[in-house]
Amino acid sequence: MLALHFLRALVRINQTSDPSRCIVAQRSRRIKLAAYASIALAAGRRRAWSRAVLCSLHGRRACRVRALSRRRVSSGKKAKGVHPTEQREGGGQVGELRRLVPGGRSMELCTLLEEAGSYIQCLTAQVQLMNMIADSMSK
Amino acid sequence: MSSRRSGGSRITEEEINELIGKLQSLLPESRRRSMGRASASKLLKEMCNYIKSLHREVDDLSDRLSALMSTMDRDSPQAEIIRNLLR
Repeated sequence: MLALHFLRALVRINQTSDPSRCIVAQRSRRIKLAAYASIALAAGRRRAWSRAVLCSLHGRRACRVRALSRRRVSSGKKAKGVHPTEQREGGGQVGELRRLVPGGRSMELCTLLEEAGSYIQCLTAQVQLMNMIADSMSK
Repeated sequence: MSSRRSGGSRITEEEINELIGKLQSLLPESRRRSMGRASASKLLKEMCNYIKSLHREVDDLSDRLSALMSTMDRDSPQAEIIRNLLR
């Protein structure tokens, strides 16, 4: 799934970028965004980090509306773990992890560690994929 | 994770240790070895470092792929392979 999303995006980027005008750095940025989109799409919407990535890629306003309506619907379930007065540890290593994992700032600790694990797995797979593609293109 | 805790009750140390074991297995062997005896703070530090290095790798690989794409000919064998994969 990951490879499919990413390769499609690469082909699109290759087709839509005019080699004479497109700066390498611009294309590099598009490739990077495609990489994060691919891992988020492959992970699906069941992961908070992937939803956060897709949100930031598609625009914040649309996501705030969706998030509000989702919270109203599922009031009983996980909302208990996101109590506003429950202190989110902001300092030290936990704080840094919160900043590194997409959507990490509002997660309770246990969820943050789970999400970080999933995020690491997907990032690792993406890096391996990109290495493979780059190696095969260099031949 | 099977247990979902309600309200403000804290997770147990046992659960944390279990998580530490699982998360440690996600790190590459080289990083696991340099960690030595795993403690929560060491693991968190290694995880942060690893995520940062993965982000850097994505950046570098994006640059590399962009440079390669600018030299890639549409009719090259590599382009054909990619087109076949996507059919």
